[in-house]
Order: sequence, then structure tokens, then C-alpha cells
Amino acid sequence: MKNVWTIFKRELFSYFNHPIAYAVIVVFLLLSMIFAFTLGGFMEVQDASLTYSFFAYLPFVLMVLVPAVGMRLLAEEHRSGTIELLGTMPISMGSVIFGKFLAAATIWLVALLLTFPIWITVNWFGDPDNLTIISGYLGGFLVACCFLAITLLVSAFTRDQVICLIVAATICIGIVLGTFDPFVRAYSKALPAGVSDAIRSLGVWDHYMSLARGAFRLQDAVWFGSIILACLLGTSTILTAKRA
Amino acid sequence: MIEVENLSKQFGKKTAVDHLSFSVRKGEVLGFLGPNGAGKSTTMRMVTGFLPPTSGDAKICGISIVDQPSEAKRKIGYLPESAPLYNDMTVIAFLRFCAEARGLSGNTRNDAVARSIETCFLQSVAYQSIDTLSKGYRHRTCLAQSLLHDPEVLILDEPTDGLDPNQKHEVRQLIKRLGETKAILFSTHILEEVEAACSRAVIVDRGKIVADGTPTELIAQSGTGSLTDLFRKVTTLDTAA
Repeated sequence: MKNVWTIFKRELFSYFNHPIAYAVIVVFLLLSMIFAFTLGGFMEVQDASLTYSFFAYLPFVLMVLVPAVGMRLLAEEHRSGTIELLGTMPISMGSVIFGKFLAAATIWLVALLLTFPIWITVNWFGDPDNLTIISGYLGGFLVACCFLAITLLVSAFTRDQVICLIVAATICIGIVLGTFDPFVRAYSKALPAGVSDAIRSLGVWDHYMSLARGAFRLQDAVWFGSIILACLLGTSTILTAKRA
Repeated sequence: MIEVENLSKQFGKKTAVDHLSFSVRKGEVLGFLGPNGAGKSTTMRMVTGFLPPTSGDAKICGISIVDQPSEAKRKIGYLPESAPLYNDMTVIAFLRFCAEARGLSGNTRNDAVARSIETCFLQSVAYQSIDTLSKGYRHRTCLAQSLLHDPEVLILDEPTDGLDPNQKHEVRQLIKRLGETKAILFSTHILEEVEAACSRAVIVDRGKIVADGTPTELIAQSGTGSLTDLFRKVTTLDTAA
């Protein structure tokens, strides 16, 4: 655990020394606000909640931006050769990956928290259920973590940051769009009803939107937890196997 | 202190290291010579636990790097080839990070960092960002990293590569001084270095040891009084099949 903390500190420090964290946070804030005020109709809907005006659009922003934050975590170590330093220190590959994952997740925590003006606004104009909003933020953070873990898994296969970005973003876009309700309805017309239900509950929306609506269900925690854990363990296994 | 037993590494069909065995005792500096691609770096990477060997084992102070990697890694200080560093950190922040990763904390960590900085003459650049350092300082920063936990075994991959003659001299003196109390394995292309710093040397070619002895013995073996002649005689050109 101490090793995870050591790696986490270094990685977080490195993020704030690079323009990429700032760039991604600024773009994220811009896009999420644009979605909320245009498509989400934040000012028009007369609804004092953020569920459908703000949270519903987060996965669309995260599916592209999260891989941009995660792509350098391992690629940079390989490019500069510092992976050899880490690999010869008495630290397990698992703690290296977990520490890096936590550092990138912290970037997303910061980015999500920086959307606080919209929370202030909705409290100013109305009387929203703030617990639902907290639950929505938790959902957004879990989606970011989930995409981050997928990015790490992809980056275990390639040393190229651009390839990692493209492949990871494609997977995340596939997960988001492929299980987006209107799309599922369109392409599952010919399929039996059970199949489209299965697709929906496999995808990110079912689990994320239930959190955004303020319902915390065990199945959502299991869904997010198992994807994150499986991807991180996979990353560690692949990196170890690749050296053999 | 370093015992390498039948170490082999295969990359696909290519054998990079072929049943290599040697040992380095405490107080000994072993020079590791050989042409490019002979398997020197691969051997060092296996001994330090970065690459798992295809077969064979290396024991560091009696601890197997294959069976107990964490314990064995604690005994080793390693300078990888081309001295990789985190460019976005300052020298002192980098050394603190390495010390923490080595399990040092608090005052022990600060003392270790201060000692390493002094040993490697880094005082003047301690608070400078690593990407602004000259090659000589980069190398010494990476060397400082390998000394932090006062390891019993030092493994240095081309520690003098790319340094100017003054810096080379300093690093050689340092290796010699450290070699009195530690076991050191270092690779080099500079044959004079062997005479200047090593108590023993082995020449590797295509993953096998082709010559082994003290510098004086090796020079005697050459027949011409020159290490270069022996090196050319026992190793193959990289263009040869």
C-alpha cells in the first residue's frame, strides 16, 4: 500500500507538471457545460435536478477525454526507459499500475468537482435533491474510472500513445453508443426482446443512469467494480507476461 | 555475492544469453565486456529481476532473483543503460521518490538522498529540473539513484557511456572506491576501463563467456599485450552470421 502511495504521488505531480491535465480539464468543463446548456436545456426545463440536463451527457464527453488522460501512464515509462527502474525496485507491477490508475482517477475527480458552478446554480434557482446530485457525481466518477481502466488495458498492448488513444477511445465510444437506448431500440428491432434488454444491462447507461437518478443498487457497484478490477489485473498480467 | 548459474534467455527463436555462469565476490569489480548484441544488457536485466530468465537462476547474496524477487531486488543497485530518468522532476525529488520506492522514509530517506547527492557530486544541480541537465549530470543522477539504499551489489550498464574524459575518470574512481565494500558488475565497451577499474573481467560473445580472468591474465592471453587484440580474436563481428 505504501508503494501505491509513492507511485500515486509521483504520477499526480507529473500530471500537474504537464499541460495535458489542464487541457483535458478545460475541454471537459467546456463540453459538459455546452451540452448542459444546449442539448440538456438546463435553463429551460424547469427541473431542479441535474440528472437529464447535465449527467445524461457526461458519458459522451468522457468516452473521448478519459483515454487522453490515461494514454501516457504506461507509454511514457516505456519510452523513457524508466520502466526498467520501476521493474528493478522492490515494488510489484500491481502497485505500480494501481498507483497510476489512482493518480489519473484523481484528475477526473478534480475535473468533475470543478463543475460545481452548475450545482450552485441549480441550488440558487430551485430546491434540488442534493443527495441525488452527489450520487450522480459518483456515477460520473465511476464511468471515468471504468474508461480509465480500459485505457490502461489497451496501453499494455501498445507502446504508442496515439494508437492507445484511438483504440481505447473506440472501445469507450462503442460501449457508450452501442448501449445507448435509442440506438439499441433501432438495431434490436429484429432481435428478441430479451437480447436488447441484455445489451442494455451489459452497457454503461443502465448502471450509470440509475446512479444519476439517485438509486444506488448493488448490481451497479458490482458492474463498475468488476470492469475496473478485471482491466487493472489484465494490465498487470499482460505487462508481466510480455517481458517473459 | 552475485552467483549466476546457467542463465539463459530466449527471445522467440533467438538465443540472447546461452547458459551463462559466473560469480562476483564481495570486494570484486567484474568488468563485463563484449560486442553490441552479445547479451550483456539482457544478462544484467535478468540478474536485476527486470526480465525473467528462460532458464537458470541468479542468486544475490544467496537469495534467488527468480524465487524471491522482492528480497533480492532490495540488495541490488542498478544503473540501466542510457540512464533513464523522469524528466519532469527535479534531481532531489527524483531521488526522494526512488528512496521511498526502496522503502526508506522520513529522516532515513533524507539522509540517504543527501549522501547520494554528495557521493555523485550533484549538490549544484539538486534543485534543477532533470530535463535541463547535461548528459554527465543525468548519468550521475541515475547512478545516485542506484546508491540510495547502500546496496551490497551494484550492477551498472555502461556507466561511463557518453561521458567526457574527466567524468569517465571520476566514475571509474567511484566504482573502484565502491568496489572495496561491494560486489560490482559493470559492462563497458572501453577496454582501458578494465585495467583502470576492474579486478576481473569476462568477455561475452553471442551469449557465451569466451574469456575470463584478471586484466593481467587477459592481456597475457592475448599474446600481443593488448586487450583489444584479444577482444577481436575471441568475439565475432555483428555482421557475421
